[in-house]
Amino acid sequence: MTAIEFALRTDGVGKRYRKGWALRDCTLALPAGGVIALVGPNGAGKTTLLRLVVGLLAPSTGTVEVLGHDVTASTPQTLSRIGFLAQDHPLYKRFTVADLLRFGRACNLRFDQGLAERRLAKLGIPLDRKAGTLSGGQQAQVALALALAKRPDLLVLDEPVASLDPLARHEFLQVLMGAVAEGGVTVLFSSHVVHELERVCDHLIVLNQGRVTLTGDIDTLLTEHRLLVGPRTATELDRADAVVEAVHSDRHTTLLVRDGAIPAAPGWQAQPVSLEDLVLAYLRRPSEQGAAVTPEVTA
Amino acid sequence: MFVFRLDTHSGVPPYLQLVQQVRQAVLLGFLRPGDRLPLIREVVEDLAINPNTVAKAYRQMEQENLVTGRPGQGTFVDEQQSAAVSPSTYTSLHRGLATWLRRAYAAGLDEQAVNALFASVHQQTRNEDVA
Repeated sequence: MTAIEFALRTDGVGKRYRKGWALRDCTLALPAGGVIALVGPNGAGKTTLLRLVVGLLAPSTGTVEVLGHDVTASTPQTLSRIGFLAQDHPLYKRFTVADLLRFGRACNLRFDQGLAERRLAKLGIPLDRKAGTLSGGQQAQVALALALAKRPDLLVLDEPVASLDPLARHEFLQVLMGAVAEGGVTVLFSSHVVHELERVCDHLIVLNQGRVTLTGDIDTLLTEHRLLVGPRTATELDRADAVVEAVHSDRHTTLLVRDGAIPAAPGWQAQPVSLEDLVLAYLRRPSEQGAAVTPEVTA
Repeated sequence: MFVFRLDTHSGVPPYLQLVQQVRQAVLLGFLRPGDRLPLIREVVEDLAINPNTVAKAYRQMEQENLVTGRPGQGTFVDEQQSAAVSPSTYTSLHRGLATWLRRAYAAGLDEQAVNALFASVHQQTRNEDVA
């Protein structure tokens, strides 16, 4: 048992590109051993954050600490403990699967080739095929097997299932969750598919316009938030701290509130909120500091 | 071996869905005392679900004495648990409810009205039992 409590810690992290800030004031503390989803619309800064975590980018402000080490120092030892699967699972298309495995072994301090071969055999993916001739789902599986062969302590995946059909997506998540069940790996992945998160993740980060708008343990977040439905109320409520979102119809007001702040007024009903609705409410919420992110920045 | 399902649109937290399925299966006699539940790892790979969620469900079931974990062997339905209703009682209750439902639909109630009526009668009966 290692003494590392947090797989990832960031403090005041910002990243500025030529056109403006892609990420600002990002402070996170993510526990080891969990599955963490990073959610946000396109251009929210998800890829920027992931690239900062794996050391492919250096932050303009703040610090990124992975597994207890500053990532900007990026020693081979630290990097060998981090696995990264970039968007669209890039592979050398003209390499055979066996070549890719040999390449992986040559380039990594830690690489369990036998483990990768067993995983691929189980999935029926032949080692002598060129990567480019495999289906999209199989290519994703090869990329995942390569990343897992490093036996990383932190595995970072950028939109791993976005390009996959539903069946391939399910198979990919089966393997990924199986790897988590074996223990020892913390998974951080980005996604803009919200409805599948609840079965896969236990921790959540919502990123919007370059800022973290919500982060925490999913069970805790769902207990902390309530939907309140009641008679139409004055709009001052919108500005109350605990109110995340207020929707008014002619006679009704629906409030999403945090910390169980339930108005004493009679006629109000409280109901639990689904994870999808919670995430959507925070995505709709304008960033508080009126984020200075230029829309041209693709992240 | 018991097979779990997962409904991602039900609004019920995944771990609770797993607990409810075991509870229900025991109640209906599909799971009997001493039956082994799948390993956490097997559930994870079958449903593509977070292992911590499955572990949480199994912990909760142990706390409710629904199941017993035996280190190195697996998780088993508790010996104390027995089907609360015999299969014949279950069939007769099932039939009675189906008859009632058909009458309700014939009378023009829709699914929502049926659920509301059931919930209200259920609440009322419970209150009477308490009083």
